[in-house]
Amino acid sequence: MAGTAVLGRLTWQVAGVTAVRPETPSVRTIELVVPGWAGHQAGQHLDIRLTADDGYVAERSYSIASAPGEPVALTVERLEDGEVSPYLTEELRVGDEIEIRGPIGGYFVWDGADAATPVLLVAGGSGVVPFRSMLRHRARIGSTAPVRLLYSARSLPDVIYQAELERPGGGAEVIYTLTRQQPEGWAGHSGRVDAALLGAVAWPAERLPLAYVCGPTAFVEIVSAALVSLGYPAERVKTERYGGAGAG
Amino acid sequence: MTQTSYGPDDGTLDGNAIGGLLRELFGTEMTTASGTCATCGYTAQVAQALVYLDAPGAVMRCRACAAVLAVIVRRQATACVDLEGLAALDYPPPSS
Amino acid sequence: MSPVSRGFHGRHRARGVDPGRVPPGQYVTTDFPVLSAGPTPRTPLESWTFSIRQAGETAKSWSWQQIRELPSEAVTADIHCVTKWTKLDTSWQAVSLDVLLGQVQHQARYVRAFCDGGYTANLPLADVTGGRAWLAYGYDGAPLQPEHGGPARLLVPHLYFWKSAKWVRGLELLAADEPGFWERYGYHNYGDPWREQRYSGD
Repeated sequence: MAGTAVLGRLTWQVAGVTAVRPETPSVRTIELVVPGWAGHQAGQHLDIRLTADDGYVAERSYSIASAPGEPVALTVERLEDGEVSPYLTEELRVGDEIEIRGPIGGYFVWDGADAATPVLLVAGGSGVVPFRSMLRHRARIGSTAPVRLLYSARSLPDVIYQAELERPGGGAEVIYTLTRQQPEGWAGHSGRVDAALLGAVAWPAERLPLAYVCGPTAFVEIVSAALVSLGYPAERVKTERYGGAGAG
Repeated sequence: MTQTSYGPDDGTLDGNAIGGLLRELFGTEMTTASGTCATCGYTAQVAQALVYLDAPGAVMRCRACAAVLAVIVRRQATACVDLEGLAALDYPPPSS
Repeated sequence: MSPVSRGFHGRHRARGVDPGRVPPGQYVTTDFPVLSAGPTPRTPLESWTFSIRQAGETAKSWSWQQIRELPSEAVTADIHCVTKWTKLDTSWQAVSLDVLLGQVQHQARYVRAFCDGGYTANLPLADVTGGRAWLAYGYDGAPLQPEHGGPARLLVPHLYFWKSAKWVRGLELLAADEPGFWERYGYHNYGDPWREQRYSGD
């Protein structure tokens, strides 16, 4: 249980919104001040609970975008048919309060302690959020673990954290594939992540890498199966699924 | 007998999504707990189970055979937790 | 009590609704949320059947074609999900369970619906006869889609919607009541939305 703090009771608490920042036209980062926050690990998430004035309640989970030691930040993508994500991306403003509980999760986490194991991060859309926490954590602690992020986005304007990912620090590599629209003269990858693309960019299985895959459920199923077909043992492919398009 | 096929469904979540609910009920981190399916014997971490939350309760199913592993129904101050589909569930005891 | 989240109103909420049509604790939505406790089954229509079982035997079975040849009705109903959404004026194409149960000799007092994927729901016979329950295969003028229970689901709109079992494949006739899937896990055995019978003991 390396890196885990002693778990307190998991209770709902009120967090204040200290900053909101657009990342793309449909994605926003929200910074929170959480009284008594005991810290988190890279890759963990939070539960959020919203209550309407007539008593209606909705709960969702969101990955933490900030590194351990930084103020808690979430990055939320607006989903067309969602009921919580449109509120978080459009209505919520600085000074508002929301209920949260967390940090949550011990499976989809990376503590950076193992410098020898190459790490492959594969993100579909807003599945990049926990990886941003991991990359920032890696830079903050000066980890030399080889880390490569393969990030699948619809188009360049849909890439979240674009400026930051241009300089991830410490030699981490970021590789994009754009599935729907590529800018003129695009020299990067195009199309969906498949075994062929993974074969070209993933660490070879012989190096005993550890893989993390996060994004919409259909994306995670395809990528994790492809990694296994490339020789990654299933237990070395950690997965986190965000569901479909209407769940937020 | 019948030619019914199942899924895959884009909306299906995994055990990470009930990490908060399970920690509330068990008092410890449960997504890394190891669960064995009573139906097919497949063993995996809770984080890897199929999870359905758009339902009257949280339903956890085996990733290998889709049998129900656990059902959790939350009701204000109490919760009904049924683990009948698990032959074993190994998890670290809550730290006090 | 949780603090109110300023400006949060929840799912696409219907406005100006007659409150007399909304059971206690329910919120009216214009969506049709998809609820599911397991993977969506897909059964080819040529191998699909609907059966009535009794004492472990199949008393009567219909093919998809035979079900479609039975007299059907257009049903308009308000539906109430125990997860607190209510949807008004839903329109269905459906065969009355009176038509199906009328073809079997029995003395049952209860039924339990069984479904692809293993889901079950129990109902008193009195609640699935007398023009109050249907086998529905059409929704809003089109075939019922798999995510909403197609090719066919039960429609028992006077009870919470978990009783309207999706992907239903038949009814088991029972002399004594036996709980279904959610009823085993603490939900109310009967589930009347107007008496807010959500959980066992309500």
